[in-house]
Amino acid sequence: MGVMKRVSTIFRAKANKALDKMEDPRETLDYSYQTQLELLQKVRRGVADVATSRKRVELQMNQVQQQTDKLDRQARDALAAGREDLAREALSRKGGVQGQLNDLRAQYESLQGEEEKLTLASQRLQAKVDSFRVKKETIKATYTAAEATTRINEVFTGISEEMSDVGLAIQRAEDKTEQMKARAGAIDELMASGALSDALGGPPPDDIQAELDRMGASHGVDAELARMKAELSGGGEAPRQISGGPVNDAVPGDANPSYPAQQPHTGEGQ
Amino acid sequence: MIIRIMGEGQRRLPEGALEELNRLDVDLESAVEKHDDAAFGSALRALLEAARSLGEALPDDAIEPSDLILPGEGATIEEVHELLTDGGLIPG
Repeated sequence: MGVMKRVSTIFRAKANKALDKMEDPRETLDYSYQTQLELLQKVRRGVADVATSRKRVELQMNQVQQQTDKLDRQARDALAAGREDLAREALSRKGGVQGQLNDLRAQYESLQGEEEKLTLASQRLQAKVDSFRVKKETIKATYTAAEATTRINEVFTGISEEMSDVGLAIQRAEDKTEQMKARAGAIDELMASGALSDALGGPPPDDIQAELDRMGASHGVDAELARMKAELSGGGEAPRQISGGPVNDAVPGDANPSYPAQQPHTGEGQ
Repeated sequence: MIIRIMGEGQRRLPEGALEELNRLDVDLESAVEKHDDAAFGSALRALLEAARSLGEALPDDAIEPSDLILPGEGATIEEVHELLTDGGLIPG
Protein backbone atom coordinates (compact mmCIF):
# COMPACT_ATOMS: atom_id res chain seq x y z
CA MET A 1 0.00 0.00 0.00
CA GLY A 2 1.37 3.39 -0.94
CA VAL A 3 2.07 6.30 1.37
CA MET A 4 -1.09 8.22 0.45
CA LYS A 5 -3.36 5.30 1.19
CA ARG A 6 -1.63 4.44 4.42
CA VAL A 7 -1.90 7.98 5.73
CA SER A 8 -5.60 8.10 4.92
CA THR A 9 -6.12 4.73 6.63
CA ILE A 10 -4.44 6.06 9.75
CA PHE A 11 -6.61 9.18 9.79
CA ARG A 12 -9.70 7.04 9.30
CA ALA A 13 -8.73 4.61 12.05
CA LYS A 14 -8.41 7.53 14.39
CA ALA A 15 -11.90 8.76 13.56
CA ASN A 16 -13.35 5.26 13.94
CA LYS A 17 -11.77 4.86 17.32
CA ALA A 18 -13.40 8.08 18.49
CA LEU A 19 -16.73 7.01 17.03
CA ASP A 20 -16.63 3.64 18.78
CA LYS A 21 -16.35 5.35 22.11
CA MET A 22 -19.70 7.11 21.66
CA GLU A 23 -22.84 5.32 22.70
CA ASP A 24 -25.53 7.40 21.02
CA PRO A 25 -24.42 8.46 17.51
CA ARG A 26 -26.47 11.62 17.79
CA GLU A 27 -24.67 12.64 20.94
CA THR A 28 -21.51 12.16 18.96
CA LEU A 29 -22.56 15.01 16.70
CA ASP A 30 -23.08 17.45 19.56
CA TYR A 31 -19.86 16.45 21.21
CA SER A 32 -17.94 16.76 17.97
CA TYR A 33 -19.44 20.18 17.32
CA GLN A 34 -18.15 21.41 20.68
CA THR A 35 -14.68 20.13 19.84
CA GLN A 36 -14.83 21.86 16.47
CA LEU A 37 -15.66 25.19 18.10
CA GLU A 38 -12.74 24.78 20.46
CA LEU A 39 -10.40 23.99 17.60
CA LEU A 40 -11.66 27.03 15.73
CA GLN A 41 -10.70 29.19 18.71
CA LYS A 42 -7.34 27.52 18.83
CA VAL A 43 -6.55 28.05 15.17
CA ARG A 44 -7.51 31.71 15.45
CA ARG A 45 -5.22 32.12 18.42
CA GLY A 46 -2.57 30.37 16.35
CA VAL A 47 -2.95 32.91 13.55
CA ALA A 48 -2.66 35.78 16.04
CA ASP A 49 0.45 34.25 17.63
CA VAL A 50 2.19 33.81 14.32
CA ALA A 51 1.30 37.38 13.35
CA THR A 52 2.78 38.68 16.60
CA SER A 53 5.98 36.75 15.99
CA ARG A 54 6.14 38.01 12.44
CA LYS A 55 5.77 41.63 13.57
CA ARG A 56 8.49 41.16 16.14
CA VAL A 57 10.87 39.83 13.52
CA GLU A 58 9.94 42.78 11.32
CA LEU A 59 10.85 45.18 14.10
CA GLN A 60 14.17 43.47 14.57
CA MET A 61 14.84 43.60 10.86
CA ASN A 62 14.40 47.38 11.00
CA GLN A 63 16.79 47.67 13.91
CA VAL A 64 19.41 45.52 12.27
CA GLN A 65 18.95 47.45 9.01
CA GLN A 66 19.66 50.67 10.88
CA GLN A 67 22.80 49.10 12.26
CA THR A 68 23.84 48.17 8.74
CA ASP A 69 23.21 51.68 7.47
CA LYS A 70 25.18 53.12 10.35
CA LEU A 71 28.19 50.90 9.68
CA ASP A 72 27.99 51.82 6.03
CA ARG A 73 28.00 55.50 6.90
CA GLN A 74 30.90 55.01 9.27
CA ALA A 75 32.86 53.23 6.57
CA ARG A 76 32.34 56.19 4.25
CA ASP A 77 33.28 58.72 6.92
CA ALA A 78 36.37 56.74 7.78
CA LEU A 79 37.39 56.48 4.17
CA ALA A 80 36.81 60.19 3.63
CA ALA A 81 39.10 60.85 6.58
CA GLY A 82 41.74 58.65 5.02
CA ARG A 83 41.34 55.89 7.59
CA GLU A 84 41.05 52.82 5.43
CA ASP A 85 41.74 50.53 8.40
CA LEU A 86 38.68 51.87 10.19
CA ALA A 87 36.59 51.67 7.04
CA ARG A 88 37.65 48.07 6.59
CA GLU A 89 36.64 47.26 10.16
CA ALA A 90 33.23 48.91 9.70
CA LEU A 91 32.61 47.02 6.48
CA SER A 92 33.60 43.70 7.96
CA ARG A 93 31.14 44.25 10.81
CA LYS A 94 28.55 45.30 8.32
CA GLY A 95 29.03 41.92 6.67
CA GLY A 96 28.30 40.17 9.95
CA VAL A 97 25.21 42.24 10.64
CA GLN A 98 24.07 41.68 7.08
CA GLY A 99 24.17 37.95 7.81
CA GLN A 100 21.85 38.48 10.76
CA LEU A 101 19.56 40.47 8.53
CA ASN A 102 19.42 37.67 5.96
CA ASP A 103 18.57 35.18 8.71
CA LEU A 104 15.81 37.41 9.96
CA ARG A 105 14.44 37.86 6.47
CA ALA A 106 14.25 34.10 5.99
CA GLN A 107 12.47 33.76 9.34
CA TYR A 108 10.09 36.50 8.37
CA GLU A 109 9.17 34.80 5.12
CA SER A 110 8.71 31.47 6.82
CA LEU A 111 6.38 33.01 9.41
CA GLN A 112 4.50 34.85 6.73
CA GLY A 113 3.93 31.56 4.89
CA GLU A 114 2.78 29.89 8.10
CA GLU A 115 0.40 32.74 8.81
CA GLU A 116 -1.15 32.51 5.36
CA LYS A 117 -1.58 28.75 5.58
CA LEU A 118 -3.12 28.95 9.02
CA THR A 119 -5.46 31.74 7.97
CA LEU A 120 -6.72 29.64 5.06
CA ALA A 121 -7.03 26.60 7.33
CA SER A 122 -9.09 28.66 9.74
CA GLN A 123 -11.40 29.81 6.92
CA ARG A 124 -11.84 26.24 5.68
CA LEU A 125 -12.55 24.96 9.16
CA GLN A 126 -15.05 27.76 9.77
CA ALA A 127 -16.95 26.86 6.59
CA LYS A 128 -16.97 23.19 7.54
CA VAL A 129 -18.08 23.84 11.10
CA ASP A 130 -20.98 25.96 9.84
CA SER A 131 -21.94 23.26 7.39
CA PHE A 132 -21.59 20.59 10.07
CA ARG A 133 -23.99 22.47 12.37
CA VAL A 134 -26.68 22.42 9.68
CA LYS A 135 -26.08 18.75 8.81
CA LYS A 136 -26.12 17.80 12.46
CA GLU A 137 -29.57 19.31 13.03
CA THR A 138 -30.93 17.76 9.84
CA ILE A 139 -29.65 14.33 10.80
CA LYS A 140 -31.05 14.62 14.31
CA ALA A 141 -34.46 15.75 13.05
CA THR A 142 -34.78 13.29 10.18
CA TYR A 143 -33.35 10.00 11.31
CA THR A 144 -33.76 7.65 14.25
CA ALA A 145 -30.58 6.84 16.11
CA ALA A 146 -30.15 3.59 14.21
CA GLU A 147 -30.79 5.08 10.78
CA ALA A 148 -28.53 7.99 11.43
CA THR A 149 -25.44 5.89 12.05
CA THR A 150 -24.21 5.66 8.47
CA ARG A 151 -24.75 9.34 7.75
CA ILE A 152 -23.11 10.26 10.99
CA ASN A 153 -20.11 8.03 10.35
CA GLU A 154 -19.43 9.76 7.09
CA VAL A 155 -19.82 13.28 8.35
CA PHE A 156 -17.88 12.51 11.49
CA THR A 157 -15.02 10.90 9.59
CA GLY A 158 -14.90 13.83 7.19
CA ILE A 159 -14.78 16.51 9.86
CA SER A 160 -12.43 14.51 12.05
CA GLU A 161 -9.93 14.30 9.20
CA GLU A 162 -10.09 18.06 8.76
CA MET A 163 -9.61 18.58 12.48
CA SER A 164 -6.58 16.31 12.59
CA ASP A 165 -5.07 18.18 9.66
CA VAL A 166 -5.73 21.58 11.23
CA GLY A 167 -4.45 20.32 14.57
CA LEU A 168 -1.17 19.32 12.97
CA ALA A 169 -0.90 22.67 11.21
CA ILE A 170 -1.38 24.46 14.53
CA GLN A 171 1.29 22.32 16.19
CA ARG A 172 3.68 23.06 13.39
CA ALA A 173 3.04 26.79 13.60
CA GLU A 174 3.41 26.72 17.39
CA ASP A 175 6.77 24.97 17.12
CA LYS A 176 7.93 27.58 14.67
CA THR A 177 6.83 30.55 16.76
CA GLU A 178 8.47 29.02 19.86
CA GLN A 179 11.78 28.68 18.04
CA MET A 180 11.38 32.19 16.73
CA LYS A 181 10.64 33.62 20.17
CA ALA A 182 13.82 32.14 21.57
CA ARG A 183 15.92 33.53 18.74
CA ALA A 184 14.17 36.89 18.77
CA GLY A 185 14.71 37.15 22.52
CA ALA A 186 18.41 36.53 22.06
CA ILE A 187 18.71 39.19 19.37
CA ASP A 188 16.69 41.68 21.46
CA GLU A 189 19.11 41.20 24.32
CA LEU A 190 22.08 41.67 22.03
CA MET A 191 20.64 44.85 20.57
CA ALA A 192 19.73 46.18 24.01
CA SER A 193 23.22 45.65 25.36
CA GLY A 194 24.64 47.12 22.17
CA ALA A 195 26.64 43.96 21.85
CA LEU A 196 25.51 42.77 18.46
CA SER A 197 28.93 43.57 17.07
CA ASP A 198 30.55 41.88 20.07
CA ALA A 199 28.77 38.69 19.21
CA LEU A 200 30.07 39.00 15.71
CA GLY A 201 33.61 38.94 17.00
CA GLY A 202 34.44 42.62 17.02
CA PRO A 203 35.14 45.04 19.85
CA PRO A 204 32.27 47.10 21.32
CA PRO A 205 30.04 48.52 18.60
CA ASP A 206 30.72 52.17 19.07
CA ASP A 207 34.48 52.16 18.94
CA ILE A 208 34.44 52.97 15.24
CA GLN A 209 32.22 55.92 15.94
CA ALA A 210 34.36 56.87 18.92
CA GLU A 211 37.43 56.86 16.71
CA LEU A 212 35.65 58.89 14.05
CA ASP A 213 34.41 61.31 16.69
CA ARG A 214 37.89 61.59 18.11
CA MET A 215 39.21 62.30 14.65
CA GLY A 216 36.41 64.74 14.06
CA ALA A 217 37.10 66.47 17.33
CA SER A 218 40.85 66.72 16.82
CA HIS A 219 40.17 67.83 13.31
CA GLY A 220 37.98 70.56 14.78
CA VAL A 221 40.66 71.61 17.21
CA ASP A 222 43.29 71.61 14.49
CA ALA A 223 41.08 73.62 12.25
CA GLU A 224 40.42 76.12 14.98
CA LEU A 225 44.08 76.33 15.80
CA ALA A 226 44.83 76.92 12.16
CA ARG A 227 42.19 79.59 11.99
CA MET A 228 43.60 81.29 15.08
CA LYS A 229 47.10 81.17 13.68
CA ALA A 230 45.86 82.59 10.44
CA GLU A 231 44.17 85.40 12.31
CA LEU A 232 47.32 86.14 14.21
CA SER A 233 49.46 86.04 11.12
CA GLY A 234 46.86 88.02 9.21
CA GLY A 235 47.64 90.98 11.58
CA GLY A 236 50.97 91.57 9.85
CA GLU A 237 54.51 90.26 9.62
CA ALA A 238 55.51 91.10 13.14
CA PRO A 239 53.48 88.51 15.07
CA ARG A 240 54.69 85.78 12.83
CA GLN A 241 58.21 86.50 13.84
CA ILE A 242 57.24 86.23 17.47
CA SER A 243 55.32 82.99 16.99
CA GLY A 244 58.38 81.29 15.60
CA GLY A 245 57.59 80.18 12.08
CA PRO A 246 60.49 77.69 11.88
CA VAL A 247 58.59 75.23 14.10
CA ASN A 248 56.11 74.77 11.32
CA ASP A 249 58.79 74.06 8.81
CA ALA A 250 60.11 71.25 10.93
CA VAL A 251 56.82 69.35 10.49
CA PRO A 252 56.45 67.58 7.13
CA GLY A 253 53.82 69.37 5.14
CA ASP A 254 51.90 66.23 4.16
CA ALA A 255 51.01 65.48 7.78
CA ASN A 256 48.67 68.43 7.89
CA PRO A 257 47.24 68.83 4.43
CA SER A 258 44.30 70.72 5.83
CA TYR A 259 46.24 73.71 6.99
CA PRO A 260 46.36 75.93 4.00
CA ALA A 261 46.97 78.92 6.26
CA GLN A 262 50.32 77.55 7.19
CA GLN A 263 51.47 76.71 3.75
CA PRO A 264 52.69 80.13 2.60
CA HIS A 265 56.25 80.54 3.66
CA THR A 266 57.36 84.03 3.97
CA GLY A 267 60.98 83.18 4.21
CA GLU A 268 61.23 83.98 7.90
CA GLY A 269 62.47 80.56 8.69
CA GLN A 270 65.38 80.59 6.33
CA MET B 1 -12.07 9.98 -5.57
CA ILE B 2 -10.93 12.59 -3.06
CA ILE B 3 -7.39 13.44 -2.10
CA ARG B 4 -6.28 15.63 0.79
CA ILE B 5 -3.09 17.60 0.60
CA MET B 6 -2.25 18.18 4.23
CA GLY B 7 -2.37 21.81 5.24
CA GLU B 8 -3.84 22.74 1.89
CA GLY B 9 -7.28 21.16 1.59
CA GLN B 10 -9.04 18.49 -0.45
CA ARG B 11 -9.34 17.95 -4.19
CA ARG B 12 -11.57 15.75 -6.27
CA LEU B 13 -9.72 13.56 -8.77
CA PRO B 14 -10.97 11.88 -11.90
CA GLU B 15 -10.55 8.10 -11.73
CA GLY B 16 -7.91 8.15 -14.43
CA ALA B 17 -5.66 10.26 -12.26
CA LEU B 18 -5.12 7.48 -9.77
CA GLU B 19 -2.73 5.54 -11.96
CA GLU B 20 -0.43 8.51 -12.38
CA LEU B 21 -0.51 9.31 -8.68
CA ASN B 22 0.16 5.71 -7.67
CA ARG B 23 3.14 5.58 -9.95
CA LEU B 24 4.59 8.67 -8.27
CA ASP B 25 3.64 7.32 -4.86
CA VAL B 26 5.90 4.30 -5.41
CA ASP B 27 8.85 6.69 -5.67
CA LEU B 28 7.75 8.47 -2.52
CA GLU B 29 7.45 5.24 -0.59
CA SER B 30 10.86 3.95 -1.62
CA ALA B 31 12.40 7.31 -0.69
CA VAL B 32 10.81 7.08 2.76
CA GLU B 33 12.09 3.53 3.20
CA LYS B 34 15.61 4.41 2.10
CA HIS B 35 15.62 7.63 4.11
CA ASP B 36 16.68 9.44 0.99
CA ASP B 37 15.89 13.10 1.63
CA ALA B 38 16.61 14.33 -1.87
CA ALA B 39 14.53 11.62 -3.54
CA PHE B 40 11.78 12.20 -1.01
CA GLY B 41 11.68 15.91 -1.73
CA SER B 42 11.44 15.51 -5.49
CA ALA B 43 8.92 12.63 -5.26
CA LEU B 44 6.72 14.68 -2.92
CA ARG B 45 6.91 17.74 -5.16
CA ALA B 46 6.00 15.65 -8.19
CA LEU B 47 3.02 14.14 -6.36
CA LEU B 48 1.81 17.51 -5.12
CA GLU B 49 2.09 18.99 -8.58
CA ALA B 50 0.15 16.10 -10.11
CA ALA B 51 -2.56 16.21 -7.43
CA ARG B 52 -2.96 19.95 -7.89
CA SER B 53 -3.10 19.86 -11.66
CA LEU B 54 -5.28 16.76 -11.99
CA GLY B 55 -7.70 17.51 -9.17
CA GLU B 56 -10.24 20.21 -8.58
CA ALA B 57 -10.50 21.88 -5.17
CA LEU B 58 -13.47 20.83 -3.05
CA PRO B 59 -15.56 23.71 -1.73
CA ASP B 60 -14.59 24.84 1.77
CA ASP B 61 -17.85 23.71 3.31
CA ALA B 62 -17.66 20.14 1.96
CA ILE B 63 -17.36 17.50 4.67
CA GLU B 64 -16.10 14.32 3.05
CA PRO B 65 -13.52 11.76 4.08
CA SER B 66 -10.54 11.47 1.72
CA ASP B 67 -9.51 8.29 -0.08
CA LEU B 68 -5.91 9.42 -0.19
CA ILE B 69 -3.93 11.78 1.99
CA LEU B 70 -0.74 13.43 0.82
CA PRO B 71 1.81 15.03 3.15
CA GLY B 72 1.91 18.78 2.64
CA GLU B 73 4.50 21.00 1.03
CA GLY B 74 7.76 21.02 2.98
CA ALA B 75 7.01 17.83 4.93
CA THR B 76 10.07 15.86 6.02
CA ILE B 77 10.72 12.12 5.96
CA GLU B 78 10.65 12.12 9.76
CA GLU B 79 7.18 13.66 9.80
CA VAL B 80 5.89 11.11 7.32
CA HIS B 81 7.52 8.32 9.28
CA GLU B 82 5.80 9.43 12.45
CA LEU B 83 2.49 9.73 10.63
CA LEU B 84 2.87 6.22 9.27
CA THR B 85 4.10 4.46 12.37
CA ASP B 86 1.14 5.11 14.62
CA GLY B 87 -0.33 8.40 13.60
CA GLY B 88 1.66 9.61 16.60
CA LEU B 89 1.68 13.19 15.34
CA ILE B 90 -2.06 13.49 14.93
CA PRO B 91 -3.44 15.46 17.86
CA GLY B 92 -6.79 15.14 19.60
